[in-house]
Amino acid sequence: MLKNVTLGQYFPGDTVVHRLDPRTKLILVIVYIIALFQAAGWIGYAAVTVVTLLCMALSQIKPSTMFKGVKPMLFIIALTALLNIFYTTGTPVRPGWIVTWEGIARAFQMMLRIVLLITGTFLLTYTTSPIALTDGLERLLNPLKKLHVPVHEMTMMMSMALRFIPTLIAETDKIMSAQKARGADFETGSLISRAKALLPILVPLFVSAFKRADELAVAMESRCYHGGEGRTRMKQMHMAARDYAALVLGALFLAGMIVLKRLGL
Amino acid sequence: MEPVIVFENVHYTYPGDELESLCGVDLQIEKSSFVAVLGHNGSGKSTLAKHMNAILVPDEGRVTVCGVDTADEERILDVRRRVGMVFQNPDNQIVANVVEDDVAFAPENLGVEPAQIRRRVDEALKTVGMYELRMHAPHLLSGGQKQRVAIAGVIAMEPEIIVLDEPTAMLDPQGRAEVVSTVTRLCREKGMTVVLITHHMDECIGADRLIIMSNGHVAADGSPEAVFADLSLMEREGLTVPETARLLHDLRAAGMELPDERLDIDGCADEIAAQFLASES
Repeated sequence: MLKNVTLGQYFPGDTVVHRLDPRTKLILVIVYIIALFQAAGWIGYAAVTVVTLLCMALSQIKPSTMFKGVKPMLFIIALTALLNIFYTTGTPVRPGWIVTWEGIARAFQMMLRIVLLITGTFLLTYTTSPIALTDGLERLLNPLKKLHVPVHEMTMMMSMALRFIPTLIAETDKIMSAQKARGADFETGSLISRAKALLPILVPLFVSAFKRADELAVAMESRCYHGGEGRTRMKQMHMAARDYAALVLGALFLAGMIVLKRLGL
Repeated sequence: MEPVIVFENVHYTYPGDELESLCGVDLQIEKSSFVAVLGHNGSGKSTLAKHMNAILVPDEGRVTVCGVDTADEERILDVRRRVGMVFQNPDNQIVANVVEDDVAFAPENLGVEPAQIRRRVDEALKTVGMYELRMHAPHLLSGGQKQRVAIAGVIAMEPEIIVLDEPTAMLDPQGRAEVVSTVTRLCREKGMTVVLITHHMDECIGADRLIIMSNGHVAADGSPEAVFADLSLMEREGLTVPETARLLHDLRAAGMELPDERLDIDGCADEIAAQFLASES
């Protein structure tokens, strides 16, 4: 039951988007988010949607895959839309109703905004391996090391966490089976009793996670790990022409969105 | 032969423990030898292993690796790059999401040039026979394969000694065979010094030397044939000898004359057959 977690999943491929340097993609996602929040009117939203669909096509990520990523968020999206419908002042749909035309428009835009936000960030994780992502992050944040920010340690922790997600999921499955074999019931009862039933899973899981962490630390030290100082990387990152081209396109997109906002579209 | 690891009267007690885990161990491991260490749980065999690359340092006495004292914190990397360590649980020693990235971890830590790392990684993966699976995610591999990746990760460091702390304890028989044949090959073909800590008797048969640990002492030390021949000692230590050793011992007790011990199944069969042929003619 825990096998279908798609959080941070990577789909290997060999498209332009896959080949972009992770640093470029990280910057572009930030640019994309800023641009998305510039969208003020229908034309602005249409522009972002077109760009998003274009990127999806370029990376050959299927819309159905993307929908799987959005699915867990549907409840929040629906709730946001609902609240926007009822809490926006303007001309009522019918005299006396709380629902306004502006509210409906706003609800649609909010839904679009959240979906686009998820799609854009998922495009990054779908096309970039977690290791490349954390490496890119480390290189990008490198200047912060001068301010004594532990950049290497932070990204190392992130990549370790990503490495252990499948291991811990497998372990959770195993513990759940073991507890079920002893008569534990996770499926029936009230919300509170089901939450309580999770305790016998969490305790062994935490105990073993700490034990793992301990062993891992010893294993890393045995392989001469001594922090980020003097460390080299086997896979060197280099910015190619396509990376610069992508960054220029990103900048143009952001500039265009700001202009649209100024025009109030 | 020149010794690469030297234990001199090593004592060690785990913090909070009352009993000593190592009580006065003197030991020399020779270069390019294959040494197996046997002992039941709590005999001090893992503690012994952890002293070989300065994970633990002696309370009393001294451990030197290629002349470097493991207690010298300044030179701890010198010790660790020479002694590669493989642990019991394959899941808890793999650090990366891709096989080849994991193998590259140690050379990266040592600041090796990227092109050189690539060469070492490819070579190490070929040595353990995992080159084809270099782009795989480690969690999808079998236990034996994971353990071979862990061994490759250690070889890429280009150590002189490789210490394996019960590498087969969590594996199925096939995985065990893969791991043991890999380390045997490393020793015989690459001249690497191998120290294999185990509790499986049959894994010790191919070793040059067998050390039995008991309550923090070295209880026996010699060729596997000689050590396994001492059945009373093995019984005292609660260890069962390989079936071939038991068979040879019983035959000898029954009056059959067997010249020298061969513990692998084929060798043992050959000798018994030779004896029968001799008595018939």
